Amino acid sequence: MAGPAPDLLDRRLLFFTGKGGVGKSTMAAATALLAADIGKRVLLIEVDAKGDVPAQFEQAPVGFKPRQMQPGVLAMAMDTEASLQEYLKLNLRVPVLGRLGPLAKVLDFVATAAPGVKEILTVGKIAWDVRESIEGRADYDLVVVDAAATGHIVAQLGAADAIRDLVDVGPLRSQTQWVSEILADPAITAVNIVTTPEEMPVVETIELVDRLRSEVDVPLGAVIVNRVLPELFTHADEETFEALRTDSARELMVAGAGAGATMVLDAARLAVSLRRTGAVHIEHLVESVSLPALYIPYLFVRAHGLRVTRMVADALGEELGIK
Amino acid sequence: MTAAMPRRRADDRMTLEQLLAAKEIVVFCGSGGVGKTSVAAASALGATVRLGGKVLVLTVDPARRLATALGLEGGIGNRARRVPAEALKAAGFEPRGELWAAMLDTKQSWDDLVLRYAKDEETAYRILENRLYTNLTARFVQSHDYIAMERLFEIHSSGEYDLIVIDTPPTRNAIDFLEAPARMSEFFGGRLLRWLTMPYRVGGKRGNRVLNVASRPFYQMADRLLGSRFLEDIAVFFLNFQSMYDGFVARAQAVERLLHDRRTTFAVVTTLEAAPLHEAERFCHELVARKFHLGALVLNRTLPDDLVDPAGASAATVCIDDAAPLAATLATTGNQALADPTRTARVLRTIGESYRNFSVVAMREAELRAELARVPDIVLRVPTFEDDIGDVEGLAKISRYLYAGPDTAQP
Repeated sequence: MAGPAPDLLDRRLLFFTGKGGVGKSTMAAATALLAADIGKRVLLIEVDAKGDVPAQFEQAPVGFKPRQMQPGVLAMAMDTEASLQEYLKLNLRVPVLGRLGPLAKVLDFVATAAPGVKEILTVGKIAWDVRESIEGRADYDLVVVDAAATGHIVAQLGAADAIRDLVDVGPLRSQTQWVSEILADPAITAVNIVTTPEEMPVVETIELVDRLRSEVDVPLGAVIVNRVLPELFTHADEETFEALRTDSARELMVAGAGAGATMVLDAARLAVSLRRTGAVHIEHLVESVSLPALYIPYLFVRAHGLRVTRMVADALGEELGIK
Repeated sequence: MTAAMPRRRADDRMTLEQLLAAKEIVVFCGSGGVGKTSVAAASALGATVRLGGKVLVLTVDPARRLATALGLEGGIGNRARRVPAEALKAAGFEPRGELWAAMLDTKQSWDDLVLRYAKDEETAYRILENRLYTNLTARFVQSHDYIAMERLFEIHSSGEYDLIVIDTPPTRNAIDFLEAPARMSEFFGGRLLRWLTMPYRVGGKRGNRVLNVASRPFYQMADRLLGSRFLEDIAVFFLNFQSMYDGFVARAQAVERLLHDRRTTFAVVTTLEAAPLHEAERFCHELVARKFHLGALVLNRTLPDDLVDPAGASAATVCIDDAAPLAATLATTGNQALADPTRTARVLRTIGESYRNFSVVAMREAELRAELARVPDIVLRVPTFEDDIGDVEGLAKISRYLYAGPDTAQP
């Protein structure tokens, strides 16, 4: 197995994908926060525009125009129509505003059937932002993408190639070349996959890694295992714990700590089992993907929002050896 | 082990058994990762045992072990297979009916649909071989939603099953699939489509650009962006597809009627985590607003009530604060593993802290559960299990909770 990925934050473009519900947006936001901690200026792009990213900072939803979430962290939401508009303005010098209404509708329609049209507007905009930052024309150094979920990410990352297969001529074809180059450069880009130590997310992660390796030319970064339960006992302590659960010890526990002692013992038993089940999945994952793995502990807190983002950022920093 | 009898609560809420006895279709929905597939399969299993008849569970993307448990390991396929009665008996069930399982094959289902509605075989094959078609059916997110509902309709019309339990595709937005039939008819009948294909229709020769497309601003721009061959590909594809319009629309409308039919009910599955729960609430609301029948809300993987019990909290405090004296007492058991009071005290503190940790989460869950009151008729709870659900016995465990009665964590 490869070691951790300390150089992750030295890249210019980090994608975060994963099965729905595993904490992809939290991880993208936490990474942005961590990068800001070490002095980077970050542009955080939310692809699904569900408002999950600003929610990590307890902020109102953002639009296509970036807005500051925290010092050093800007966020924006992807909008393919706005992206098309920007593209037309910059590249074709087409007078847009008046005509985009029907064009956007048709685009929406065509994109339904044509591979990669919507995706290229997303990934093209992302690559554009990265290029701007590399060339020093942007006010950020790192682009972090809360990307599409596992089901859609391959199409998104492969959009530039798909477009070249379909479109024979035109600026769209010629301009997909540099998009592909940015995405394929391991010094610039890394795709990270977030998962939890559960069966389905792990299975999807393994399948996704296989697909990304075989279908698209994009460097993989790390798998990030979120919500890892703590190991309660060493081997010796676990024997003691098992001894506490025998009848005679249990009686003494109840005598000393009240009827609730049984509940405490059962809860610990559940915690141990859940941890163990998760460990099996993690082991399977790590064996299968041969990628650096970062572990983020389960957070036993009431809070969500910025406080959790902060805690995850700190945990991530520890895993990356930053703090 | 025999399955427990359903219980009715004092407030006269229905049980899942009563709900399913009155329905022919149950649609399970919810965010990805909440255990929807297992809950759907467990409901079907319970129905087989309690209600009898022929029960089908139509699933979309089960975990491999679950697929194996349901006898679907031979790869995906639209053809239903019967879950062997022995497998059910081995899990402690005496099934009155038959449990069947099928997995949705999106591509195959689309192909079938094209073959059925294309005006002739030649058109059908022209569509099936079109490179845009493959893409449309594979990637168009709504196409999965639509085809799931379409298959449901198909199976229901066959009249082969007494109860069909369907687990919906994981969508970005759980509401999407409700709109899929309507969107599908809109898609194929839309003015945009006519507009887009117009230059290729005038003159009656399909595929020929008889109109000077460069005269239209839109085509001018699209040509510059995409190249004309690409546009032409799209238009030709849609022209072919449009010939199936009437069949498609009629079908989509029939599918929609079926979803609204009183024989159909929806069950929303969620865990008590903030994000899926939020989605579930929104979904319940939308179902009701759109006049679908919201039958049940299933709260999956809940933590045990023990974790919010004051007695547990006070025992945890003793374990932490009075670990040393308690450890000294425990040394008197003579158990070798409890002979070292330092170690025992450490373990006591650990389990006390662990209880408190989980208690924080359980309290948050309890609050959320209270907020969920009123929604549908039935609120069911399935606890967190120590192991993954991956076999019929696992499904049986879930099933016992589902059928035990409303909002109870006791099987």
